Amino acid sequence: MAKYLLLKHYRGGPAPVVNLDPMDQWAPEDVDAHVQWMRDFATKLQETGEFVEHQALSPEGTFVRYGGEGRPPVTDGPFAETKDLIAGWLIIDVETYERAVEVAGEYSAVPGPNGKPNYEWLEVRPFFGSPPTVSE
Amino acid sequence: MNETLLRELIPAVTGVLVRRGADFATAEDAVQDALLRALATWPADPPADPKGWLITAAWRKFLDATRAESSRLAREARVASEPPPGPTEDTADTLQLYFMCAHPSLTPASAVALTLRAVGGLTTRQIADAYLVPETTMAQRISRAKRTVSGVRFDELGDVATVLRVLYLVFNEGYSGEVDLADEAIRLTRRVRSMTDDEEASGLLALMLLHHARRAARTTPDGTLVPLAEQDRSRWDTDLIAAGVAILQAALARDRLGEYQVQAAIAALHADAQTVDETDWVQIVEWYDELDRLTENPVVRLNRAVAVGEADGAQAGLAALEQVDRTVPRYSAAEAYLRERAGELALAARLYGDAARAATNLAERDHLTRQAARLNSVVRG
Repeated sequence: MAKYLLLKHYRGGPAPVVNLDPMDQWAPEDVDAHVQWMRDFATKLQETGEFVEHQALSPEGTFVRYGGEGRPPVTDGPFAETKDLIAGWLIIDVETYERAVEVAGEYSAVPGPNGKPNYEWLEVRPFFGSPPTVSE
Repeated sequence: MNETLLRELIPAVTGVLVRRGADFATAEDAVQDALLRALATWPADPPADPKGWLITAAWRKFLDATRAESSRLAREARVASEPPPGPTEDTADTLQLYFMCAHPSLTPASAVALTLRAVGGLTTRQIADAYLVPETTMAQRISRAKRTVSGVRFDELGDVATVLRVLYLVFNEGYSGEVDLADEAIRLTRRVRSMTDDEEASGLLALMLLHHARRAARTTPDGTLVPLAEQDRSRWDTDLIAAGVAILQAALARDRLGEYQVQAAIAALHADAQTVDETDWVQIVEWYDELDRLTENPVVRLNRAVAVGEADGAQAGLAALEQVDRTVPRYSAAEAYLRERAGELALAARLYGDAARAATNLAERDHLTRQAARLNSVVRG
């Protein structure tokens, strides 16, 4: 088995298929449907024994870096409109890379406004595994 | 009683329940429940007869579980009226459990999980920890695995090779949490060997012991990977090496060669060399030829090419490498190693960089990056 991070690029990544409004502009029932769909998706992956974790992120972020010896860290932002917006992630533990891609494809069908799939891009990134014991 | 001894009893207890008429899936759940209760209560209140305690606890749990499902009442009546069991030790039943848990219809990961629980006697939480997934996920993986094998008859004869493959995976992959998976794999392989007297079970056990012997030398205290050639051989466990070699020799003498025996023979030749320069690479190449005939695995050809490079020089190694499919994992790392030995430092540095980017674990990535950095600084002068 191998673990993969499915990173949800709400904005950023390749050109979007659907230009999505922020969720607070959606109809309330669409928001509910979206949230319920995500829960069900996680449950489904639990049942297949592939679920590791999922997290959503608050949209506002601050850039922080080392400020130099004895100085406070330097911060930048938050920026109202960043090009890239990572909405959250899902971590799965699956048998093959092909399966990871399949799960990401299904995940991208999460309903958006009017219950239509939102076609968002997911970035699939493998985690490092443990080194094998038998090496030669 | 320590936890390992408790675990030893688990497959036999499941075997007793199955022999009394319980279905495998429900019996296995009942035994897991008894195991959790034993882990909780035995430290304060150890039973006089641990196995009898487990059988009673698991059987009660099984009856509760079947009673809870009204549709199963008929079967309950049947099993409840069965005569008490005969002797509780039954090697055939235990071996059958190994076959069931490694059944070819299971994916490798589900076979590993089911084996660790049903024959290893590990708790779901311990298995989840070892593979870094939530306990609920691991529980589902095990339940699904049991559903997959639910149609398999308990007396259906299995293939020892499938069991050995699962145990090899347990040994070779996975993190060490609370339970040491390498120790666990060795314990279970020892058990299979004693039940089957199979040459390949011996080969696998020898292979595991010979690699386990190097464990202390394989990483620095901070977790940095130390390649075989650079390991401090005084830190190898000579008792484990002697045990592995003895088991291997006895197996080889029976003249029924298989891939694990050959891999163990290669490991034994490394173990035999006091220093890396004393390694008998010519014999190692011969064993790789044997392994290639047995498995036709491209990874074997890659390792063989590296061994040829040691035995007959880097150019011979590179010529052997040309016969290997370039898409085999670690191809770049092997080529980088041989190119450096052939004096092509700039190319070697670039290949080490490629290999580092393709690495699938952090220890290897760091090691390959260091090799690339070392050569790049030499090339820059």
